[in-house]
Amino acid sequence: MPFLAHYGTQLINLCAAVLLLLAFTMLTQRRILSLIHLYTAQGLVLFASTVLVALVTGQAELYKSAALTLALKVLALPWLLHFLIRRLNVKWDVETLINIPTTMLIGIVLVILAFNLAAPISRLAGTVTRATLGIAMASILLSFLMMITRSKAVPQVIGFLSMENGLFFAATAAVYGMPFVFEFGIAFDVLVAVLIMGVFFFQIRERFDSLDTRHLERLKEH
Amino acid sequence: MNASLSGLAAQFTELALAVLLAPLLTGWVNQCRAWLQNKSGPGLLQPYRLLGKLFQKEIVLATNASPLFRAAPYLIFGCLALAAAIVPTLGTDLPLNAAADAIALVGLLALARLFISLAGMDVGTAFGTLGARREMLVGFLAEPALLMVLFTASLISQSTSLATIVETLAHRDFVIYPSLAFAGVAFTMVSLAENARIPVDNPATHLELTMIHEAMILEYSGRHLAMVEWAASLKLFVYSCMGLALFFPWGVAGGGDWLGIVLALPALLAKLAVGGAALALIEIVSAKMRIFRAPEFLGTAFLLAVLALLVHVLLEG
Amino acid sequence: MRMPAPLDAALLLAGGWLALGLGAMASPRSIALARALFPAGALVGLALAAVGLAGLFDAPAVRLLPLGLPELPFHARLDCLSAFFLVLLGSVSAAVSVFARGYLRDDPGSHPPGLQALCYHVFLASMALVLLADDAYFFMVAWESMALSSFFLVITDHRHAEIRRAGYLYLLIAHLGAISILLCFGALQGGSGDYTFDTMREIHQPAAWASVAFLLALAGFGAKAGLLPLHVWLPEAHPAAPSPVSALLSAVMLKTAVYGMLRVTLDLIGFSLWWWGVVALAVGLASALFGIVFAAVQSDMKRLLAYSSIENVGLIVAGFGLALVFHGFGMARLAALALTATLYHCLNHAFFKGLLFLATGSVLHATSERSLGRLGGLIHRMPWVAWCALVGTIAIAGLPPLNGFASEWLLLQAFLFTPGLPQAYLNMLVPLAAAAVALTAALSGYVMVKFYGVVFLGQAREAKLAQAHDADLWQRAGLAWLAAGCVALGLAPTIVIGLVDPIARMLVASGMDTGSGSWLFVAPIDPARASYSPVIFLLGVAALVAIAWGSVRFFYHGRMRRAAAWDCGFPFIGPRMQDSAEGFGQPVKVVFRPMFRIRGEAPAPLDTRPRYHESADDRLWGWLYVPVARAVDRATGLVTVLQRGRISVYLLYSFATLLLLLLIVR
Repeated sequence: MPFLAHYGTQLINLCAAVLLLLAFTMLTQRRILSLIHLYTAQGLVLFASTVLVALVTGQAELYKSAALTLALKVLALPWLLHFLIRRLNVKWDVETLINIPTTMLIGIVLVILAFNLAAPISRLAGTVTRATLGIAMASILLSFLMMITRSKAVPQVIGFLSMENGLFFAATAAVYGMPFVFEFGIAFDVLVAVLIMGVFFFQIRERFDSLDTRHLERLKEH
Repeated sequence: MNASLSGLAAQFTELALAVLLAPLLTGWVNQCRAWLQNKSGPGLLQPYRLLGKLFQKEIVLATNASPLFRAAPYLIFGCLALAAAIVPTLGTDLPLNAAADAIALVGLLALARLFISLAGMDVGTAFGTLGARREMLVGFLAEPALLMVLFTASLISQSTSLATIVETLAHRDFVIYPSLAFAGVAFTMVSLAENARIPVDNPATHLELTMIHEAMILEYSGRHLAMVEWAASLKLFVYSCMGLALFFPWGVAGGGDWLGIVLALPALLAKLAVGGAALALIEIVSAKMRIFRAPEFLGTAFLLAVLALLVHVLLEG
Repeated sequence: MRMPAPLDAALLLAGGWLALGLGAMASPRSIALARALFPAGALVGLALAAVGLAGLFDAPAVRLLPLGLPELPFHARLDCLSAFFLVLLGSVSAAVSVFARGYLRDDPGSHPPGLQALCYHVFLASMALVLLADDAYFFMVAWESMALSSFFLVITDHRHAEIRRAGYLYLLIAHLGAISILLCFGALQGGSGDYTFDTMREIHQPAAWASVAFLLALAGFGAKAGLLPLHVWLPEAHPAAPSPVSALLSAVMLKTAVYGMLRVTLDLIGFSLWWWGVVALAVGLASALFGIVFAAVQSDMKRLLAYSSIENVGLIVAGFGLALVFHGFGMARLAALALTATLYHCLNHAFFKGLLFLATGSVLHATSERSLGRLGGLIHRMPWVAWCALVGTIAIAGLPPLNGFASEWLLLQAFLFTPGLPQAYLNMLVPLAAAAVALTAALSGYVMVKFYGVVFLGQAREAKLAQAHDADLWQRAGLAWLAAGCVALGLAPTIVIGLVDPIARMLVASGMDTGSGSWLFVAPIDPARASYSPVIFLLGVAALVAIAWGSVRFFYHGRMRRAAAWDCGFPFIGPRMQDSAEGFGQPVKVVFRPMFRIRGEAPAPLDTRPRYHESADDRLWGWLYVPVARAVDRATGLVTVLQRGRISVYLLYSFATLLLLLLIVR
């Protein structure tokens, strides 16, 4: 397909940029509901980019991981998160620890750093999608940053999940996906992690009457 | 500068079109908003009726208004009309293009802002200064953001000349530029703020706590107010055209192409109609934010635009 | 009679200034004599500008002066770089001198008028000599007399304690800078023991020594220019000095520091490493952002302008840094572009900042009020000053078609060419730098709206402002000259670029082609990439404004009625309802909160006599200056242990020292 050969790579680059954009938008969002929507959108972009990589490279394995992405990251996990915040009755109150423009400035520095770290690896990689490795790395770091700057438990989990998205994208972009067994295993791990954390949330709230993880500071020994 | 005849024709058509159609675009956005809110709306021609009414009315000028206050509406109108003339909407072969590039366009918009803010402070009322202060607050973050958006396009096309930018984006091989995705989001945020649209300002309010643009022009009446309102529509028109030129440049005629210019007109109208409807949609799904959230909103836009530049350097360089 | 060579003429004119100053001492108390001298000084300034223009296109000329120490004569040299700054000095100081003629008053608490005239003209002459000096000795003598004469000018009103304090701070930092410059020359002479600039040019320095010299020069000249973190004297000294002196300090003296940086780096060292450029760029941008953010929260009009000078010098140094980066990578044409933008901005800043300082001088003269919170509505009382200041306001806000925009346009163009740099990290940092420049430019618009709006527009905040009188003829002439300069420099960028061209060719071995071949258009590098024509731009705006106005008046009636302001129907409209200067700066204070050290108190809700007080100070003062001052204090405390007050003990110290020395040299 000449169309794919010509535009496939560009479209994957576009997906990468959108992924980065979504990671940044997550940094700027205060409301938990929007965070979940953004996470869902990230899943969709990830799905699209995996399908694209599969189409361009013709690797049948990748269709399976695309389907898995769709099922888990676009449908199951967002539903689970929606369920959680409904039960916990937290919808909007995300206080950031650092103000948002400052967070974004740090984010920009992280992007520059990520690209420079990724540069030697992507030069080795030689795949059609190598330019995107930097972006994948950047979104991992940005999600990490988001986890640091939020004090509430739910956004931290979303940060964790989107970090996993970055990892997944790195795998697709740099080496055309991992063996399917691994991927399936990681996906299952994430699901279980979210379930456990969900249980954990209820425990925290019962104990402290709030989902603010800063309360956990009180648990240290004096 | 050897301006071709078609270039001159395109230049004048574009200017005349902008000046005449700008209120129509405002009317269209308002009408779309009314429709989306399930109201019947005042009709597309309402802004023209408003202008007609205002021109007929007598001016009531505050006693201590200075000559600057009286000159400002015309100055603002002139600045924005020139801005409309230098954004390529019909053809890229515009004689004025060599005189003012993307940076000068931003400068022109800033000049208009300076005059309207000074006019807002001139009478010395509480609302006037409040509006001027808030307008400058929006401006000092929106202006660099806009500049960075234009810089992204400039780096892609290796030129700050608006004609070359549009030429590159519209007429060369179709390439997807990821950086433009960032720039597009930033640009949308900036244009909402700059045109006093909903998340930042509400064009339909006179509630003192929320207004920005309206507060500045409270003391204007009669033909002065008409010029200011017309200039505000022109500003919306300029921003829409700028967005179309940067992100949807297809249909703009190349140099010396008479047929292209004629065909560009319906394309432009269609794009503006869609763009206006999209603006109305954004407005009705978002809520007005507190004024001190505005710097955050615009700071985000600014940093996204900087990221667009970075992404260009990193991915497309 | 033959015309003298430009160098001789320049030296004679500098001598002329000295003579004028000494002439004033013939009768130090006579205000009539002092008043007569200032217009003569202005004529000398104009002549100097003309000489500079002539020298710009001549080959460098050198001359040995019959002055100085026996074995150490003064060398003077006029090349295009000196000539350019002489043009700047001459043309701006002419306006300032004319203005000063109208401004000068015999105030019982200040220096007698003759002494002021002496210091003023010595200051001018020493600035000219700094530009003409061709050896380190002569340079330092001129530099120090410049510092001292300006110090005496700053403390003209010495009866106020805060003015003496400002002067002391100025003198202190000026000397820190001077020491650094002295050390820099020491590094430059490379062990030859010969301090002429010619020797320094010839010696090829190893990179490490050259870097030391560069950093010392950046620190030394940066202290004079007001770069971070040595900027603290600037917002103190500028408001303390009489307005014409503030204008000279800001418009011209800061530029001599820029001259020094250019001279040492691009001429004496002769090559550059790219990281020098990065250092200068970073320091420049930090100063620019810092300056403009602080300018936004000031409530004293001269302090506001002083902070804005820090911003402009920051932009100039950033441009200089960019030129160094390009030069270091051997990209000569781009280096020329950045250098042109830098020098252009020097000239522009001299004109618009001179204009605005003089305008504040007129306001101060008419109202005796410097605080923005007590001004307002002066456009009605002082239309001349107000309209001239409007020109300065638009120019300094970097708006087309005036001169501030032209140089910022060139600077931004230079930034847009950087993606070609052969250094990956730099490539990424430069968009950030361009963003900082854009933010600074936009913020300066904010600051200038505040400045102009609060001083000249709105209602008068004090009753006494109704007695304010417009500037006298001399002051108007000075203001009009500078305003005309702002317009002319803005409309004719190609001419300025032509003037700067020989400098770029000398320093970075390439000119910036104007490209289009037409004087109407500036097109750096290539017309297809970018071009700008202020004249057509102005004509376009003017034509559209005229058409709009004409057709409105043609089609509709011109009825108008005056009535009280409406203000949304609010019943009470007093001057206190307007934004104060603090109120207008509040958003910036909130957005950039981490940059300030904010102290203050807000009244309780039920307080019957509410007092509101808040101050936003420079954090660097507490972080850098106070600790250093404390450390110095402690060190001197240690020395006082030696102080016993008994003669025999002091004699014992001498005796011990003598013995020790004898032992060592044995």
